[in-house]
Amino acid sequence: MYQHTRLTTNQFNFFQKFKNFDYILLVCILLLGFISLVTMYSTEGGKILFHTKSHFTKLIVFTVMMLIFSFINIKFWFSIGYFSYFIAICLLVWTYFFGLTSSGSKRWIDLYFINLQPSELMKIFIILCLAKYFHRMKLENVNSIYTILTSLIIIILPMGMVIVQPDLGTSILIAISGIAVLWFAGINYKYFIYTVLGFLILLPFIIAFLKPYQKLRVLTFLNPDKDPLGAGYQIIQSKIAVGSGGIFGKGFLKGTQSYLEFLPEKHTDFIFTLFSEEFGFVGSALLLVIYAIIIYRIVAIGASSRSYFAKIFCYSFGAAIFVYIIINMSMVLGLLPIVGSPLPIMSYGGSSMLATMIGFGIVMSAKVHNQQLIA
Amino acid sequence: MINSTSDNVKKLNSINRRMFITGSLKFFIMVGIISRLFFLQVKENKKYLTLSDKNRIREWKLAPVRGEFYDYFGNIVAGNFEAYQLHVIPEQVEDFRYLVYRLKDLLELSDNEFKKIIKKKKEIKPWETLIVSDNLSWKKFSKINNHLYDLNGVKPVISISRNYPFGENFTHVIGYVSQANKNDIESNESIKKNFVPGLKIGKTGLEKSFENKLIGTNDIERYEVNAYGRRISQLEFQKGKKGDSVKLTIDTKVQQLANELLKDQAGSICVMDIYSGSVIAMHSSPSFNPNLFVFGISQDDWQTIRNDPMKPLINKTLQGNYSPGSTIKPIVALSALENGIINPNFTVKCTGKTEMYGQTYHCWKKKGHGFVSLRNAIKQSCDTYFYEIARKLGVDKLSETAKKFGLGEKVFGNLFDVEKQGLIPNTQWKKNALGKGWLLGETMITGIGQGYIQTTPIQLCLMTAQIANGGYKIYPKIIVNEENNIQPSDKYVPLYQNSKNIKIVQDAMFGSTNEVMGTSYRSRIDDLKYQFAGKTGTAQVKKITEEQRELDLKTFQIPYEERDHALYIAFGPYKNPQYALSILVEHGGNGSTTAAPMAKKLFKLIIDRHLLRQSVNNKKYLEI
Repeated sequence: MYQHTRLTTNQFNFFQKFKNFDYILLVCILLLGFISLVTMYSTEGGKILFHTKSHFTKLIVFTVMMLIFSFINIKFWFSIGYFSYFIAICLLVWTYFFGLTSSGSKRWIDLYFINLQPSELMKIFIILCLAKYFHRMKLENVNSIYTILTSLIIIILPMGMVIVQPDLGTSILIAISGIAVLWFAGINYKYFIYTVLGFLILLPFIIAFLKPYQKLRVLTFLNPDKDPLGAGYQIIQSKIAVGSGGIFGKGFLKGTQSYLEFLPEKHTDFIFTLFSEEFGFVGSALLLVIYAIIIYRIVAIGASSRSYFAKIFCYSFGAAIFVYIIINMSMVLGLLPIVGSPLPIMSYGGSSMLATMIGFGIVMSAKVHNQQLIA
Repeated sequence: MINSTSDNVKKLNSINRRMFITGSLKFFIMVGIISRLFFLQVKENKKYLTLSDKNRIREWKLAPVRGEFYDYFGNIVAGNFEAYQLHVIPEQVEDFRYLVYRLKDLLELSDNEFKKIIKKKKEIKPWETLIVSDNLSWKKFSKINNHLYDLNGVKPVISISRNYPFGENFTHVIGYVSQANKNDIESNESIKKNFVPGLKIGKTGLEKSFENKLIGTNDIERYEVNAYGRRISQLEFQKGKKGDSVKLTIDTKVQQLANELLKDQAGSICVMDIYSGSVIAMHSSPSFNPNLFVFGISQDDWQTIRNDPMKPLINKTLQGNYSPGSTIKPIVALSALENGIINPNFTVKCTGKTEMYGQTYHCWKKKGHGFVSLRNAIKQSCDTYFYEIARKLGVDKLSETAKKFGLGEKVFGNLFDVEKQGLIPNTQWKKNALGKGWLLGETMITGIGQGYIQTTPIQLCLMTAQIANGGYKIYPKIIVNEENNIQPSDKYVPLYQNSKNIKIVQDAMFGSTNEVMGTSYRSRIDDLKYQFAGKTGTAQVKKITEEQRELDLKTFQIPYEERDHALYIAFGPYKNPQYALSILVEHGGNGSTTAAPMAKKLFKLIIDRHLLRQSVNNKKYLEI
């Protein structure tokens, strides 16, 4: 009986795949896309201009891409695990030599139709790579020196290449994505505890190595009122915008902080601030609920997957998405220093959306093919 | 197979356990974020809402409309006019270079003015207003209006500004306004409160004294602005209050006549109502045009005014400390009578000079006056007679009487910050100020208004008024204040012990003007309606040496700076006195030839306008 089911599920037809789709996740992603479009429209003062148009196009293209990805067997995603990582590393090397420089950092490569930020792709491919690495590994081997060193190298290599761009925020997010996989793969708790302790001890030295502008960000975080028109400006204005939103917000297209241009980076990192100002506590909570449902669905898909690879990927991707959201929100709410980190789907930026959508696509593929075993 | 299955189970157990830990962690962190949102948006909402409004709303104050000055008959003597200005907002201009050259052409700007505009443009933000011209003539203004079609971004604006229709006539009373500087803002609360760039405030005179009353309050415009300070939309317009107006007691016609009489001479004329103390005219010559200061005076004009040897910037009526000369004699005589030193029949023989401790004191008349009584001594201004009674009287008693009649202290109190108090010396003063004992010779020359004694023209006018009204104390005023006018308790208190003594002095002054041999006989008016009584004075600026006395030079033969000051005090009409005046002509030579004839013209006008003035007064009471 069991065997029989396995045999049949190995040959899905198109309609069965459709039936297996996670519609809650899909609806949430589409809803999020819609909200992000509305917010983008508001950042441009109620006009359909460049950012809205571009964001719309990307949403359509990447959603379609995500849907196509979900029909591709999870085995395929398993098979390209190392390759995708290798490609991302190559792209980072390419960026280092031939990247486009903008506002002092070299993060983009010109692909003619799109300016791609390979570090964003790395955030998803590192999970794919490490998930594959741990898929077949026996639990007793996981904590061997060899495994730990290998996985650390897999994480540290792209991190270093992103730090030199320089882009501290993304490199931290890459590291967190990788560490999430290590956590779920079963690396001993003590290593995590040691790492945290070691990090705390090394913190003063790390700060000493930070660039002056990064140091300033940390200091500003600790005391934003010290220089309200300079370094503290972003965080103060962001808090004012969020705080002045109140329970129900100032209303759509009525966010004074944003349309009078007090908000910095309102298309990208600070888009939540604008949303929160216009839709208030209720809107922000609703947005958080949507994100929570998405993360819950991702985890649930992981739980229902039969293959270890799918499980570890879903759990890690869910954790990574969660961290991205939390870091972004903590930053705009004044709980963390300013590090460049976009809010998934909401923020303007093709590479970030591409990476997130690839992730969603793989998760969806895991759902569609949840009975698939990987040898 | 079993082994691998059990490993799989272990792996699954491990990953699920860890997922559970992660899930719980996620939950708590999510709760943390939500509570942070709640804290900011619900609990601290008010604070951030205020901050957000502070960000976006900015106030612009507009200059308040200044209150006016009226003369006694309600004519505006310092008013407001509509200044035609030209504003440009650089960001609305397509081709700024083309525009400024076009404007330079149309307005016939000099290269200097042109450079100033270019400099100003660089200092301001592109959306701020650039004032190209703050006071255009109507002709140029309409020329601009005709060319507006190719002057994009140019705004012809009508703005309210100060105007003095009578030019130099009221300068020393009202003062002038000009742009407020840092000092003005710091020293006056209401200027600080109402300050806007380009605000004009009183710099001297009553414009300064009544600043708080005149200034009014700002119009306030509230705009929504963006992060760069650019105005997005107007939210509110709050109309300000116009400043209160001030009504003067001055009669413009008399003031103008005073100005005319002193044309090309340095000096002062003041006229006062002897009962109310109202100042009818108060002029200091030379004066200057206060309109020059309103939009900032040009360097050339300023140098001309500043370097004028006749010192137009000094208000001689209030600031000028002069020896009173013979105009002090009525007070000396009065003091001697009051103190019982002499009686009216006391006679002195004048030989043209008198000696005291080897020092010779000359009378102005070389041949001497012969035997003179008090009346004749005042009438002919005999110096010898006054040397004698001053010597008998003593300086302390003299100074007492002089002070009683308002000499030696500020007439207007703190109203004018430039006013000087003059100097009435006594023995105590000399000891304290100079550390020396008083000399008898000094008493003698004080008796003819020379030496240490110094008075301002307005003090002499007050003194004359108080003699004329029968010896009663009055408080001079220059503002008609209708509401809550607190009368000083000692107003109209008699200043004499025996009113007969006042009469004697008045009669002697009548003789001086209206009888043959009187010093101002030639300036008399025989018509009883205008007839006035007065006393001439000639104050020495420089001590006359013996050689000069021998030469007996005519006034025009002496260098200007060394000529005597000419003074004259008078009151009239004699039968029923109403007005008193004092005239001073700096370096005018002789009181009887220079100053007294002016009084004749003044009394003609003043008395002609008396009824008119009375009618304004009566009407006021009728309305109540």
